[in-house]
Amino acid sequence: MSHQLANSFRTGADERGHFGIHGGRFVAETLMPLILDVEKAYAEAQADPAFQAELDGYLKTYVGRPSPLYFAKRMTEELGGAKIYFKREDLNHTGAHKINNCMGQILLARRMGKKRIIAETGAGQHGVATATVCALFGLQCVIYMGATDIERQQPNVFRMKLLGAEVRPVTSGAATLKDAMNDALRDWVANVHDTYYLIGTVAGPHPYPTMVRDFQCVIGDETKVQMQEAEGRLPDSLIAAVGGGSNAMGLFHPFLDDASVRIIGVEAAGHGIDTGKHAASLTGGKPGVLHGNRTYLLQDEDGQIAEAHSISAGLDYPGIGPEHSWLHDMKRAEYVGITDDEALDAFHRFTRWEGIIPALESSHAIAQAIKMAPTLPQDHLMVVNLSGRGDKDVNTVARAMGVVL
Amino acid sequence: MSTVTVVNRLEIRFADLKKAGRGALVTYTMAGDPDHETALAIMKGLPAAGADVIELGMPFSDPMADGPAIQLAAQRSLAAGGSLSRTLDTLRAFRETDHSTPVVLMGYYNPIYARGVDRFAAEAAAAGADGLIIVDLPPEEAPELTEHLNAHGIHLIFLTAPTTDARRLPAVLAQAGGFLYYVSITGITGTASADEAAVKDAVAALRKSTDLPIAVGFGIKTPAQAAAFARIGDAAVVGSAVVQTLADSLDEVRAATEKTVPAVLGFVATLAEGVRAARR
Repeated sequence: MSHQLANSFRTGADERGHFGIHGGRFVAETLMPLILDVEKAYAEAQADPAFQAELDGYLKTYVGRPSPLYFAKRMTEELGGAKIYFKREDLNHTGAHKINNCMGQILLARRMGKKRIIAETGAGQHGVATATVCALFGLQCVIYMGATDIERQQPNVFRMKLLGAEVRPVTSGAATLKDAMNDALRDWVANVHDTYYLIGTVAGPHPYPTMVRDFQCVIGDETKVQMQEAEGRLPDSLIAAVGGGSNAMGLFHPFLDDASVRIIGVEAAGHGIDTGKHAASLTGGKPGVLHGNRTYLLQDEDGQIAEAHSISAGLDYPGIGPEHSWLHDMKRAEYVGITDDEALDAFHRFTRWEGIIPALESSHAIAQAIKMAPTLPQDHLMVVNLSGRGDKDVNTVARAMGVVL
Repeated sequence: MSTVTVVNRLEIRFADLKKAGRGALVTYTMAGDPDHETALAIMKGLPAAGADVIELGMPFSDPMADGPAIQLAAQRSLAAGGSLSRTLDTLRAFRETDHSTPVVLMGYYNPIYARGVDRFAAEAAAAGADGLIIVDLPPEEAPELTEHLNAHGIHLIFLTAPTTDARRLPAVLAQAGGFLYYVSITGITGTASADEAAVKDAVAALRKSTDLPIAVGFGIKTPAQAAAFARIGDAAVVGSAVVQTLADSLDEVRAATEKTVPAVLGFVATLAEGVRAARR
């Protein structure tokens, strides 16, 4: 059973990496000693003020933190309800929140003396962020990416190559993110001595869900301070898109024990939950074991993992981080679905309202804000995580509009 | 609950082979690959071809510890309607005629978890399983399954790897039953070849900590390698090479041909010949 204290939602995972029934370490024996090494090295790094100081330095001067908390005046006026703020993770170096985690883990890999970095990527954002920090420190970088995703995310593939990474196409399974993660795990098993696996989201075997969360908590920590400066109090609601769930967890976690703060995670409902073509693991899945952790998964009756669907490649994953599964079970956070069409509509409206082209992932969170804000009073303070910029998505959006570029 | 005395075929088989002075040949084939009937025909032929212990793969959509040969086998099986239910059907059908060959079900945890661990343990025992290998269930996570397996007399067989150090080994051995599966390479199934000298040292070290029979697997492809490793350990496991032999016999739409069953059983016979010649 979990050892989490009833009066706090912020003490997990327990010593074996569990969040309630979720999380844990479900990996082949060959990897267990390595994962224990990562856990030990991370615990030592956490206890070392020099590690945090080094990370803070890079976050400030290389990533560009703190990212602003921006009051979206026009959107607020258009919707006529809640006062809407955006946490501008899109302004980070490489254009998304992914770099926060990559910077933390690359410093850890260096402490561990690892020379070769592997990672999986779906849309390519985590791949680009990983390739970026590998270039920064002169480390060998191998990115696993589904052949299907390579086809639809060519600009990011080219970026990774410019940064010196080798992009390995994954053709097994459906050739998307989950298959890329399988192949990254296979690489790690075969290259245990020199290789560090830089997982991009709050999933995988313990300690990854906890560690990635910790590195992303800078989002929520800054938001708390910035909202205090702007409004002199806590926000009333937080909204973030959830695929694996790292940008959402980074925003949510520092507020979990602030009971007045309503927390809403937005899953990709694809063509609609009832069509079966979606990526909403919490709404449409059930607990299972994949990629090193127990969590809600899209799967059939036989326990075979189902393919996810979302217009946003970054949300196109049949699982979700185990801590989200636990927050869902505990009902501390609410999880809702936004369809492809709703996300596209939000993408267009937000671009025109605010002069910011949002990532399609973030557009799911914006769509939820568009739904909720008009129903809320004008003194309601809402924070939406603008987890990434949408430049990478212009081809997808053009295709959806029937425009040939 | 009445106590059912289950005679576990693994113990009998390893004891018999010890008396005979040779190691065991353990073969791996995937249930439902390339279709239910062919896979069953192969399984039924394995004991006569010389397999001493049969590992029956349970297909899974995301076999992350497996190399390309077994990944494709799982895909073929699933495409042909393979599932955990069908795997148990295969085992039940095999047990109609074979009551002595130990069968170990091998796969990943999610299909078992989805079925319900208590229900699975009861069904697997009733179907005639002797052991279970769950690649992604390390000892830390295993108690939720072992309690049910123990109640039904099924051994949970654990893997140890070259990376499993002395601090970790006791945790593995604490729940291990049937035999200990030594993963002879750091890698996925069917890729690198194991180094004989290194395996010899590793097995010698393991023997100081356990009386369980030790099977060596993951990098064994040829009759000569099977013979060598069955002499070092108590058993040699050949999986990907058997599955690849099956794959090579299929037609262009990956369906079985008349060559499929004889090709697989013929290859197993050459492995068995090697193992049987390697007396200790």
